[in-house]
Amino acid sequence: MNFETTIGLEVHVELKTKSKMYSPSPVAYGAESNINTNVIDFGFPGTLPTVNKNAYRLGVMVGLALNADIENHTHFDRKNYFYPDNPKAYQITQQDKPLGHDGYIEVDVDGEKKKIGIEELHVEEDAGKNTHGNNGFSYVDLNRQGTPLIEIVSKPDMHSPEEAYQYLENLRKIIQFTGASDVKMEEGSMRVDTNISIRPVGSDTYGTKVELKNLNSFNHVKLGLAYEEKRQAAILKQGGSIGQETRRFDEKTGETFLMRVKSGADDYRYFPEPDLPDYEISPAWVEEIKASLPETAAARRNRYINELGIPEYDAGVLTDTKEMSDFFDEAVKYDANPKLVSNWLMGEVNAYMNENKIGLVETKLTPEHLAKMINLISNGTISSKIAKKVFKETISNGTEPEEWVKSKGLVQESDPDVLKPMILEILDNNQQSIDDFKNGKDRAVGFLVGQIMKQTHGQANPKVVNKILMAELKSR
Amino acid sequence: MISKDEILHVAALANLKFQDDEVDSFVNQLDKIVNMESKLSSVDTTGIEPTYNMADTNTVFREDKGIHTQTREEMLENVPETENNLIKVPTIVDKEDDE
Repeated sequence: MNFETTIGLEVHVELKTKSKMYSPSPVAYGAESNINTNVIDFGFPGTLPTVNKNAYRLGVMVGLALNADIENHTHFDRKNYFYPDNPKAYQITQQDKPLGHDGYIEVDVDGEKKKIGIEELHVEEDAGKNTHGNNGFSYVDLNRQGTPLIEIVSKPDMHSPEEAYQYLENLRKIIQFTGASDVKMEEGSMRVDTNISIRPVGSDTYGTKVELKNLNSFNHVKLGLAYEEKRQAAILKQGGSIGQETRRFDEKTGETFLMRVKSGADDYRYFPEPDLPDYEISPAWVEEIKASLPETAAARRNRYINELGIPEYDAGVLTDTKEMSDFFDEAVKYDANPKLVSNWLMGEVNAYMNENKIGLVETKLTPEHLAKMINLISNGTISSKIAKKVFKETISNGTEPEEWVKSKGLVQESDPDVLKPMILEILDNNQQSIDDFKNGKDRAVGFLVGQIMKQTHGQANPKVVNKILMAELKSR
Repeated sequence: MISKDEILHVAALANLKFQDDEVDSFVNQLDKIVNMESKLSSVDTTGIEPTYNMADTNTVFREDKGIHTQTREEMLENVPETENNLIKVPTIVDKEDDE
């Protein structure tokens, strides 16, 4: 029996705002426990929510970037549940009239383009964070309570773990380039819940879906789904049936484990939020937001290829993250040659990041400094050998390259009047090398250049040295 | 007719526990209330947009500025037990929504 897999994903993304969704408390990742909370976040009786305009605007941005239709008449709904991470005992969300619906994104799977539908997306609030002690107590930090979230619900359009992986990669990239969120799985600003079912090929009803939790990276999503595909197929082949259940992915074993069996649908008793009015999202505002959408990754990539002459592969790498792409654009603004900026970013800068396991913004390098350093090489002020020293200094300590090169006396020596006497002296002392050269041994030239470099501490301009040396060798 | 199971279901959702005789009396009382309310269903609302809200304003937004309106000390004043500025609660067994 052959099976067909159906996957749907629910993705939560934290929006990058200064304040919370329904309260003016500040939003900051990694702040001191419970420091960014107020009476609204604590759900004190008599407090009232207010809607963060910027959060809604960012939500609309994401909706537009995902090709969704934006809802013009909306309201908020109350989702009721008890859990200590949310003292109100309800979450204010958009159940009935979500912010946007019927979007899609394109993914590339095995060289084939495919559209994955977005059922709907809506704004809501995040819950606080629990940590569990082994002393019979749990500990609650309500800093995250009320952080603006957008939930993006895909259509069940994915049919393999790889497709789900590509969908997530693309979704992350699209949202990142809008600037609406950091979309970092490791910081929890992007979280993924998955539903997966399988059915015999040709069947017209879906199989029983299983929900997967604890997926902390895209790779875990892929591994968890692949494991589930096999597990479910094995059960069906033996004539068994799939239970409607929630399972937990174990990253150590790569297997999924039963967390709980679902008995009937969850009952959240949604109703229109009585503490907030209706909302009219005017087409004019939506147009304004549309006009403010930053350039997408795909558009940047095309610009790099067509306007800046960057090779296709390189342009792809540069636009993999907004961080990298912004850095590149900024450096090019300082009049550095785009191709050279690209080479440095993909080469030395990338190597430095990998070696130190840090991101680009965590380095001390600025686009201006990189551009200046590249221009110092281009205009012959420093040799590419010295450039490595300058690079190390500026990326590790944030040092301004021009000043540093001057103060350390690293400026390349290109003056023939200074270099020629040195070269003559070295030739006078190395008759053997001259003889070797005359006998056709090219290695002799390398040796002589090495001697000159040694004497100038690597600061002689190789081009100028070569020119003088060759002329002198031939005339002797 | 409201069933006993429905009462127990709603009670569970509201984290409430009742004695058997209490449940019976709720069946009786809630049945009357729901019956009365259900008269509303007899009104023909074909083609009428639902009213979600009775507020006489709409589309009220707050500008995105982070403000501390209370201090942490004020906020933790009513918390029964704290440790390292965290709210201490009986252990949470169902960890499924934990991020």
